[in-house]
Amino acid sequence: MIRIPCPFCGERDHSEFTYGGDASIEYPPLDAPPEQWLRAVFERENVRGMQAETWHHANGCRLWLVVERDTLTHEIRSVRPAHAGIAQALEEGR
Amino acid sequence: MSARRLTDGGRIDRSQTLRFTWDERGLSGHPGDTLASALLASGERLLGRSFKYHRPRGVMSAGVEESGALVTLGRAARRDPNVKATTQELFEGLAAAGQNAWPNVRYDLGAVNGLLSRFFVAGFYYKTFMGVPPFEWGRGTGMWMRYEKLIRRAAGMGTASRAPDPDRYEHAHDFCDLLVVGAGPAGLAAARVAAEAGLDVLLVEQDFELGGNLLNQPHDPAATGHARELAAVAAAGVRIMTRTTAFGLYDHGVAGLLERVTEHLANPSPHLPRQRFWTVRARHTILATGALERHVAFGDNDRPGVMSVTAARSYLNRFAVLPGESVIVATNNDSAYAAALELARAGAAVTLLDARDTVPEPLSTAAADEGIVVHTNTAPLQAQGARSVDALRTAVADGTGWRTGATFDCDFVAVSGGWSPVVHLHSHRGARPVWNAALACFLPGECGEPLHVAGAAAGIWDEQACETSGRAAAAAAAAALGKSVPSVSAPPAGGWSAPIRPLYEVRVAGQKLKSFVDVQNDVTAEDVRLAHREGYVSVEHLKRYTTLGMATDQGKMGNVIGLALMAEALGKEIAEVGTTTFRPPYTPVSLGALAGRGKGSHFRPLRRTPMHDWNLAHGATMTEAGLWQRPWFFARDRESLAQAYVREASTVRTSVGLCDVTSLGKIAVQGPDATEFLNRVYTNPFAKLPIGKARYGIMLRDDGIVMDDGTTWRLSETDYFMTTTTAHAAKVMVWLEELLQTRWPDLRVHVTSVSEQWAGTAVAGPESRAVLAACVIDPHVLTDESLPFMGVVETRLTGGIPCRIARISFSGELAFEVYVPADYGPAMMDLLWDIAEPLGGCLYGLEALGALRIEKGHVTGAELDGRVSIDDAGLGKMAAGNKHYIGSALRKRPALVREDRPRLVGVFPRDRSQTFNAGALLCRAEQVAGHGDGWITAVTHSPALGHWIGLGFMVGGHAAWSGKPVVAADPVRAGNVEVEIVSPHMYDPSGARMHG
Ligand SMILES: [Zn+2]
Repeated sequence: MIRIPCPFCGERDHSEFTYGGDASIEYPPLDAPPEQWLRAVFERENVRGMQAETWHHANGCRLWLVVERDTLTHEIRSVRPAHAGIAQALEEGR
Repeated sequence: MSARRLTDGGRIDRSQTLRFTWDERGLSGHPGDTLASALLASGERLLGRSFKYHRPRGVMSAGVEESGALVTLGRAARRDPNVKATTQELFEGLAAAGQNAWPNVRYDLGAVNGLLSRFFVAGFYYKTFMGVPPFEWGRGTGMWMRYEKLIRRAAGMGTASRAPDPDRYEHAHDFCDLLVVGAGPAGLAAARVAAEAGLDVLLVEQDFELGGNLLNQPHDPAATGHARELAAVAAAGVRIMTRTTAFGLYDHGVAGLLERVTEHLANPSPHLPRQRFWTVRARHTILATGALERHVAFGDNDRPGVMSVTAARSYLNRFAVLPGESVIVATNNDSAYAAALELARAGAAVTLLDARDTVPEPLSTAAADEGIVVHTNTAPLQAQGARSVDALRTAVADGTGWRTGATFDCDFVAVSGGWSPVVHLHSHRGARPVWNAALACFLPGECGEPLHVAGAAAGIWDEQACETSGRAAAAAAAAALGKSVPSVSAPPAGGWSAPIRPLYEVRVAGQKLKSFVDVQNDVTAEDVRLAHREGYVSVEHLKRYTTLGMATDQGKMGNVIGLALMAEALGKEIAEVGTTTFRPPYTPVSLGALAGRGKGSHFRPLRRTPMHDWNLAHGATMTEAGLWQRPWFFARDRESLAQAYVREASTVRTSVGLCDVTSLGKIAVQGPDATEFLNRVYTNPFAKLPIGKARYGIMLRDDGIVMDDGTTWRLSETDYFMTTTTAHAAKVMVWLEELLQTRWPDLRVHVTSVSEQWAGTAVAGPESRAVLAACVIDPHVLTDESLPFMGVVETRLTGGIPCRIARISFSGELAFEVYVPADYGPAMMDLLWDIAEPLGGCLYGLEALGALRIEKGHVTGAELDGRVSIDDAGLGKMAAGNKHYIGSALRKRPALVREDRPRLVGVFPRDRSQTFNAGALLCRAEQVAGHGDGWITAVTHSPALGHWIGLGFMVGGHAAWSGKPVVAADPVRAGNVEVEIVSPHMYDPSGARMHG
């Protein structure tokens, strides 16, 4: 069990969340050539250590979050909404 | 001679007698007893038979490390095997029995295994069948299977009940600032100090009494120190859980606890669960888990009457049982002396063997004062006696080894080989224990988490120092949690007046002895050496090859001895050999507790549509579709399923039918950029979908494979109503949220799941317009001009029920989908059915829905199984060529556009009277073998065509197989059937009926 501090809901069990994937992937534009999409969809680093990844608070606020998590220790360094606008609104609301 | 109950002392309540049965014989004990103490007090010694050799076994400990007195508790459906008699509280009516023996543990015919011990050596499982020719798949396996069964029966533990578990179990959750595991001197002090500092403290103790090792000390009811400490802990506001084991530590301060709620009660309240499985989230954790006393490997060290010194002390002081009259205490450290003195004071004749060459003061004087003879440089070599120890051969130190010494008559042997701090929970966090050669034990390593270790668990032996270390740990935790408390410096590990002499095995050259390292798994010192000779030198391999430290024991008793012997064999230090990784659970957790209430119908959520009761009242037989209960068919006059669905499907084609489609996923897609969003998500164009029209759409995954399909209705410039398949409703919702939040944050779109908000029904068949027209306030909105095929209208049903109607068809007939706010679902059905029934209409279920869609070649989840491209599904024309959308790049990967990919086809039996099964393989007639050229996904009897039909996938699609003989191969079920491959559009391919 790991605990993820959702910026909206507070610290919650990971069972409330769904793992998305590597948040560092830049998905190409829809009209990008297949080779570019191939890299984005299939090529992963399998990081040992700190990794930015997306998690969906499916049984909570339904936000997609970017979680910096150490894949070795599960240490969570930061959590922010994946949507830049929402992240900014949250920041301003503080 | 055996043990006996003392007339006074102990922490038992002699004013009450508890009757219990042991192997169907009536015995008695008192509140405060464990089953083990009550059995010992009743004169029972032989309590079990060992795993492999069926050797007689008795009580060896007074706690969770027990490997001898494993018994079966309870009867019938409540029969629970492998219960440790040493931790089971006695209660009135308890029924216990010996196990792994026939006819009973006293006269066990299985003991013949002991004579066959050479077949049961380390790795016997792997070795026994080597050389049994021919041992390979298909030939020797029958023999292996037969012997494997015999061995399993001969070597084993207790057997569980095969009846369903009649007890209930619960899951519970909690939070705290500080979790303290263990309520010995260190844990009690830590909990009190932390609670007094203002922390929310949860103290868990596996025993039914608080105190840990304090309980093993001479009990003087007049002395109030212990009671005062307990009162202070309670007064400080510590939340206390007894009979609760912290069995595992997990990430981020999460602990798993198992609370035994009713296992000590004769007549538990029916409202209480047997056990509670707790998930506790703690900000800090203090492990005050104590230490376990090790034994020593010497000959027949598993005889009943041989136990640990601390167990002897516990039975004497806590349970008022004198375990023997003529006692030998064998030790290699200071800690055994207190027990020896107390046993002597209780009236036993005590002889003390100390493996060390001198006895430190003041222990030697104290021993002399009690008349105890101490033999230094002496250790136990072999226990004697057939079923119970009656003498002990000793060994005398000889240089670095041992030679045979004197033999002493005795009826009881207590052994201390040193102490092993309970580092299990600490180890769960990935912190490797560190060998401390001076203290001859593993100490918890560095962890880097908010985890503190106190007391004997940290290798601190002195009771006062344990308490200090508890206070120090509490102060550290409190400070880290922002409470200002004076810091306390933690005492160092150790605390004996003279050092321990490491002693793991006593043997004399030339003598073959059965010296047990791991009693529970019948692993001997010789097994460890054999494993070494055979090349299993890593500790992890050693464990698996010999089974050392497996089963419920998990290395509590034998691990360190096994490591020491392996180190010796390798000529290395223990520190170099390392240790195995301890994993949860610390002690066994029942499957019932893991499941909690989540079994049977509670295993997963149940979803019912708002029309559920309406459907049932109108004769529905329900079936499961994912989590949903959906009408399967509506039988009339005792129709079978087959009769009912064929009638229902025919009625839809000739008249009209109503079908509850509420379970479809429904998503409101709203916002100024909703159109652009949908156009990117769907393969087909959505940019120009007019208001008041719906469109069938397909969405792909990034990798170009079909994700889902459904219709999306345009209600206004900025408001769309999307439907998804029942199965993928949640997945599509998550996917849309992901796209909007992570990839296209610039799109001004909001998606809301409205699946629960709308109840839906399909009205299908030539009469559908007439039925619906009679139920809406203005029938003109339904004319062909107002509502053409794929038209959408928002209006009201009779009585003002708001509704959304789209003219869409899954059945291929003129049809409509009608949605109303969920609570109006039954009212809508009443309105429609009042009109449809007199017209000869029907209600239809999932089976008829399937028949209708198979006839039309419409795909569902059975076809869209996550491997199918849009072309495979025969929907390639739905993929727009003039726009880019999710999956458009990768759907053209070479492997996905090969001509010979399996494509959607229809299947007819060549002999129209025959049928076939979904799941059958489609093979060319000349080669009915292997995986074939395709497969069948769905089968129905087609009322329209009058014979069985199927959908499936076939290499190259139906055109490639026109006129060619094909076989639906189903060798393990229906056998092979000759079939024809046809177009998937098996009925009304032009769609004239639904457009009409
Ligand atoms: Zn949240």
